[in-house]
Amino acid sequence: MVKGRAIVVDERDNVATALTGLKKDAVVEAGIGQSSYKIKLRSDITFGHKFALKRIPKGEHVIKYGEVIGMASENIEAGDHVHVQNTESLRGRGDIKNMNACSE
Amino acid sequence: MEIAGYNRANGVGIRNYVAVMVTVGCSGDAAERIAQLNPKAKLLVHTQGCTQTPPDVALVEKVLVNLASNPNVNSVLLVSLGCESVSVDRIADKISALKEVGVVEVQEKGLQHAVARGSEITKRMCEEAEKVRRTAVDFSEVKVAIKCGASDATSGIVSNPVAGKAADLIVGGGGTVIFGETTEVIGAEHILAKRCASEGVARRLYNAIGEMEKRVIAMGVDMRGGQPTEGNIKGGITTIEEKSLGAICKTGSSKLVDVVDYGDVPSKKGLVFMDGPGREIEALTGFAAAGAQLILFTTGLGAPQGFPIVPVVKISGNPETCSRLKEHIDVDLSAVFYGEEGLDAAAQRLFKEVADVASSKRTKAEICGYEKFFNIYTKGPVI
Repeated sequence: MVKGRAIVVDERDNVATALTGLKKDAVVEAGIGQSSYKIKLRSDITFGHKFALKRIPKGEHVIKYGEVIGMASENIEAGDHVHVQNTESLRGRGDIKNMNACSE
Repeated sequence: MEIAGYNRANGVGIRNYVAVMVTVGCSGDAAERIAQLNPKAKLLVHTQGCTQTPPDVALVEKVLVNLASNPNVNSVLLVSLGCESVSVDRIADKISALKEVGVVEVQEKGLQHAVARGSEITKRMCEEAEKVRRTAVDFSEVKVAIKCGASDATSGIVSNPVAGKAADLIVGGGGTVIFGETTEVIGAEHILAKRCASEGVARRLYNAIGEMEKRVIAMGVDMRGGQPTEGNIKGGITTIEEKSLGAICKTGSSKLVDVVDYGDVPSKKGLVFMDGPGREIEALTGFAAAGAQLILFTTGLGAPQGFPIVPVVKISGNPETCSRLKEHIDVDLSAVFYGEEGLDAAAQRLFKEVADVASSKRTKAEICGYEKFFNIYTKGPVI
């Protein structure tokens, strides 16, 4: 199921996951279905970590598995490492006022 | 399909254990010495059972009864202090409806006496257990719990999807699959809700997740670092939503037929959700109390632990972990990671491993004896 140096899990995703350690400036091809990307990395990406497939402006959703995994806390450019430094969770946030818990 | 198991009053066991279990943390020393004198017995020492709020006392009693009732256990020695909040008499009484139970109390005549008396009972129970034989039983008698731990990016891409397909095979074969880890459904609940067998089941699922999330929010902090853990983050998981979306892959595609409380025995067959925490030492206990005879455990970074009375099968799709931790990984899914084996073929391989372990094959955690530590999940304070 896994071929190449990075995997895109769902067509709606705006991030890919590195399947091996990747170096800054490397050009990585990844895709799924109709979506294919050729991305120049803006930093080293550790095995298992994510990089952006397109620009994700601050406040926009980060998508993996075709679902929202969080929100960009700053502008993210294609090829950027997407992780805790630029992506925040939208759930279980007791540090944010008026945060609601899960409901139907 | 048939497996070789042990017929008990309340189901089929795949192991034939004598359990030496404390009712309260304070009797741990006595229980440990009894187990040392009887190496075939399984030691169960936890830290709960006293000076807790009444709902937690009742919860601990229920979990102890249900752990002892697990069909992998042939008989039980309860090691009590004497003055604990839980009632050893009530616990023993409930277990005795299903199997032989003995009781020793440290406060009766002290440690030496409790150890001598407890050891004598345990030795006799071990001799009795030797007489019980495996017989052919239907696979549908097997309840398998599925858990993920020490997850990394490979968990959601390789090991959890394979476990999910194996879960479908188990449910398809008439068996029961239990999963839980309420925290690790946060952000993925809408997907599971669509698979619920009824609106009532979906409502209970949302309630369980809502209650867990409210307790986290009440702490006034961002839970990141606690969930996902620092290890998960190092492994590439950024948020709880990402962790959850990868975690629920292990549930496969069956309908969710029921939602049960922590440590409760499901009354329905099929895929069941148990409300409870993600942390191993408490989560595995909940599954064992639910009567799961076997636990499938996917891991990215390499969680090694088993459980005293339930075989735990460790599965990893991280090639580096599989090669570094051969001592702990039962099912190596590196071939799936490299695209050399399909998810369906790997799921068949995992399903066969379930049948083999059910019929007596020992897991890595059983072989290296990495299975002592467990605890019981409680919700209130120690008072």
